[in-house]
Amino acid sequence: MIALKGLTKSLGGGRVLDAVDLTVPAGQRIALIGSNGAGKTTLFRCLLGEYTYEGSVRIDGRDPRAERTQALRLVGFVPQIAPRLEMPVAALIRYVAEVSGADIGDIGAVAERLSLDIDGVRKRPFVRLSGGMKQKLLIALALGRPTRLLILDEPAANLDPAARGAFFDLLAARADDTTMLISSHRIDEIASLVNRVVELERGRVALDDTVADAGALGSVFSVRLETVRAEPSFARTAHDWGLRETRAGEWSGTVAGPDRLRFLGFVARHSGLVRAVHLVEGLGEHERSGHGVAAT
Amino acid sequence: MRDTRVDHPRPAEARAGFWPGFLATFRLEIAEAFRARWFAAYALVFFGLVGVLLVFGLTESRVLGFTGLSRTLVTYIQLTMAILPIFILVTTVRSLTGDREAGVFEYILGLPVGIGAWYAGRFVGRFCLAAAPVVAAILGAVVYGVVRGVAVPWVELGFDIGLLLVLILVFVGLGFLISTITRSVDTAQTIAFILWLVFILSLDLVLLGALIRGRMAVEGVVAIAMLNPLQVFRTGSMLLFDPQLVLLGPTAYTVFDIFGRTGFMIWSFVYPAALGLAAALAGYWFLRRGDLP
Repeated sequence: MIALKGLTKSLGGGRVLDAVDLTVPAGQRIALIGSNGAGKTTLFRCLLGEYTYEGSVRIDGRDPRAERTQALRLVGFVPQIAPRLEMPVAALIRYVAEVSGADIGDIGAVAERLSLDIDGVRKRPFVRLSGGMKQKLLIALALGRPTRLLILDEPAANLDPAARGAFFDLLAARADDTTMLISSHRIDEIASLVNRVVELERGRVALDDTVADAGALGSVFSVRLETVRAEPSFARTAHDWGLRETRAGEWSGTVAGPDRLRFLGFVARHSGLVRAVHLVEGLGEHERSGHGVAAT
Repeated sequence: MRDTRVDHPRPAEARAGFWPGFLATFRLEIAEAFRARWFAAYALVFFGLVGVLLVFGLTESRVLGFTGLSRTLVTYIQLTMAILPIFILVTTVRSLTGDREAGVFEYILGLPVGIGAWYAGRFVGRFCLAAAPVVAAILGAVVYGVVRGVAVPWVELGFDIGLLLVLILVFVGLGFLISTITRSVDTAQTIAFILWLVFILSLDLVLLGALIRGRMAVEGVVAIAMLNPLQVFRTGSMLLFDPQLVLLGPTAYTVFDIFGRTGFMIWSFVYPAALGLAAALAGYWFLRRGDLP
């Protein structure tokens, strides 16, 4: 799906990408990691045909600069920093749908899965949306289009747990036939989303490894927490995670598989308050009988 | 396990390349302008200008040989020449370079829209936006004049509207060129302002000083006047109202003497149009061969 050969890019007199060779077969999900300035965003911009470069870049055999319309028709892109677009949400959706041959209904359906009420924000300028709303809309615009390659630059950074769960579900639904390139500063953020990790360091590939598919996309963990006392800040965050207090001091619900490390981070921050943690893959009694709380 | 099946769209067949991207971008440019403050201020200036001129100027009194709508039109044209270029330059470079700074280029040009279609859509959209209030204000004055029973100088009117359109084309084109070769709004605005200043300082009346001091050859002064789109517009716009160009300066008179009336009329259309389109195409060339964001 992606073939980079000797990809080199210099900016401001320095080499940001230095002879990068990378081949990504269709259907692979890659975590592109590296520190600031490693070259992740530059690599994305080369893939999107936005930068000039030395070497060769091909998406499904097409040069994204010389054949940009055909090549980019296959690509859905979510930028790390939302653009400061002044246009209303409806105008943005319409524009993206028109130039990419997408169905506005498909984009709306993805937004709905992410709990973004398009009708409620359609007249609002994109730039006036909250960070989370912008991220959800950008994801909906990328995933609601007919694409075969997703380039996601820190895609879930601004999402709440429920939206993250829905986002992982959406990616899981496309895992078989969509190639994904997901960047992050931290591998633990996206490790469970991918089956290959590529680390960039000073513009070169420093690590290229496949990873086991543990905690795969679409998996769900049943959660039960016991706390020693009531604590409003804990309760608020637990609600954000979709947990419900089933008994005094006892919380239960589900957490998306790829989000379990983040969830454990939340538990660790309240270790003085938490008496017991149960985290089991699959749905628990409550969820199976319909009494549980879905994470999405 | 939750049901993770989601119907997702399948890759579509590629549609015809240029027109969908062009039309979508053109429509977006127009729609954006109606929400933008710059366009409201821009339209207000020209409609306000015509309103004031009609209230205070549409009389049968004779000033320097002009009466009624002719006088209003001449005054409007002269004022337009002062306001229009800098207004178009600044708003155009702010819009385009501002979009680049705001990450809009990175996102929009990551979509399957051709650079040519996107650039042309924005260029044509911006041209229409810049032209619409200027021409509409004149037409409003004409309607007002007809209702009041004042004679309308139709030939002069058509000629001057054409000149205004090519003047707008020049400065939209230059605005696009500046925007594609600069990376920050500050730099783009500075270049735009300096360019406008150069044109102003190359006007006939300023060149007269150089001529009088004898520091420049007449041919040099005439060449500068001929290449300055503001001077070409100024001379061309007075051509029909003042065939002897007695109200203009010495270089205009010399230019008229060399070209003749018809020759200058053709030049006053062809040169600015060619300059504006050449600037726009140069901008497109720079954009295509460089980094987009």
